[in-house]
Amino acid sequence: MSDLPGLYNYWVTVFLMMAGFYVVISQGNLVKKLVGLSVFQTSVFIFYISMGKVAGGHAPILTEGVTVYSNPLPHVLILTAIVVGVATTAVGLALVVRIREAYGSVEEDDIQALDNAADTEPDGPADSAESPRP
Amino acid sequence: MLLAFLMSIALAVIRVRDLFVVVMLSSVYSFMTATLFMDLDAVDVAFTEAAVGAGVTGVLMLSTLRLTGRWERRPSHGPLLPLIVVSITGAALIYGTLDAPLLGDPMAPVQQHVAPRYIEQGPVEVGMPNMVTAVLASYRGFDTFGETFVIFTAGIAVLLLLGIQEGPQTKPGRTAIGDQLVLRVVVKMVIPLILLYGLYVQFHGDFGAGGGFQAGVIFATAFVLYDLVFGEGDARLVAPPSWLHRLGALGVLIYGGVGLYSLFVGKPFLDYSALSHDPVHGQHFGVLLVELGVGITVFSIVLAIFYALSGRNKAT
Repeated sequence: MSDLPGLYNYWVTVFLMMAGFYVVISQGNLVKKLVGLSVFQTSVFIFYISMGKVAGGHAPILTEGVTVYSNPLPHVLILTAIVVGVATTAVGLALVVRIREAYGSVEEDDIQALDNAADTEPDGPADSAESPRP
Repeated sequence: MLLAFLMSIALAVIRVRDLFVVVMLSSVYSFMTATLFMDLDAVDVAFTEAAVGAGVTGVLMLSTLRLTGRWERRPSHGPLLPLIVVSITGAALIYGTLDAPLLGDPMAPVQQHVAPRYIEQGPVEVGMPNMVTAVLASYRGFDTFGETFVIFTAGIAVLLLLGIQEGPQTKPGRTAIGDQLVLRVVVKMVIPLILLYGLYVQFHGDFGAGGGFQAGVIFATAFVLYDLVFGEGDARLVAPPSWLHRLGALGVLIYGGVGLYSLFVGKPFLDYSALSHDPVHGQHFGVLLVELGVGITVFSIVLAIFYALSGRNKAT
């Protein structure tokens, strides 16, 4: 990237972040919410890596004849964050699977409706929707 | 250009109601991000994103879709309110960036604080050319220990929630995709290369891009690939689930053990100069051991999570 685009990277980051945010708050499907969350998360990664870039810099691996390196610190933070991210996403997916088994649906509206029904009649559908123990 | 691609994929993710397509798009999105990281000089990060985001996350999401269903329902309420919230937040954030230093500015505050020390002293003090590994395993060894532990905890959480079930689909010889001769032959040829590459990434991380996190994920993908083509049961014979819990704990134990060893020798926790008479040699040993611990934990936890999701019996 020879001609660096100024603030454009940050604006795209904000756009991606808002796209992920929109998915999380507007869509009812829990799996889709998790995809939105990972889009959100990736936008933060891009933001950090963009901050660490130095014009004319090289990858931070010591090389003969190179004096300008990009900042290694954001790379370290994001590298670990990516792997932690997949682990936490997996916890989210596991929760979704259990919710599916308990409620028979992964749509937010259905789950809310079932919960409301269970609240109004104490021994109503809540028991029948209970999942068998694995 | 890449960024424009990313934006259009994000828009597509919002629009599409077929979750299978959404997951595929998010894998493409991750791959694009990896390319972008490459462009921004973050080779280690690009590496990780390509292995994790484009590879493992997609497989885990698809395993979940098998259990939860492919189609998303149309949301019952209109998009207006969320759109307003998102626009206001976005506008505020963009207003915030107007004061930010331009991309690549060497005088930006981020580049002034600790980075020069890492870049100038890192190769001398830790004695390895890859500054990312040096910072990861040595200067910020505490952080990395914490993160390894988070991964371990997440793995435990998934196992608590789902467990690794036995069922008809986990009998040896049963595959989800049937008997695909071409795939079998190709996968048989590719898996040793993947494993070899994983080992290279693990032990060459001091010198080039790579390290325990990436190697663990690459190693796990080899087993995931075997599982997908040869069936869950066969994969479980090769890498039994009961080993994986122990391996995950073993990795954290190796990492913590290095720290405790240096405590017992009378140095601060995770001070690798305790491992050898020569401090730089000690750093080498320390980073090698610590990265090995990270690699083992990441490998076993990723594979255990995959088993837990893919081997789950479908609820009726």
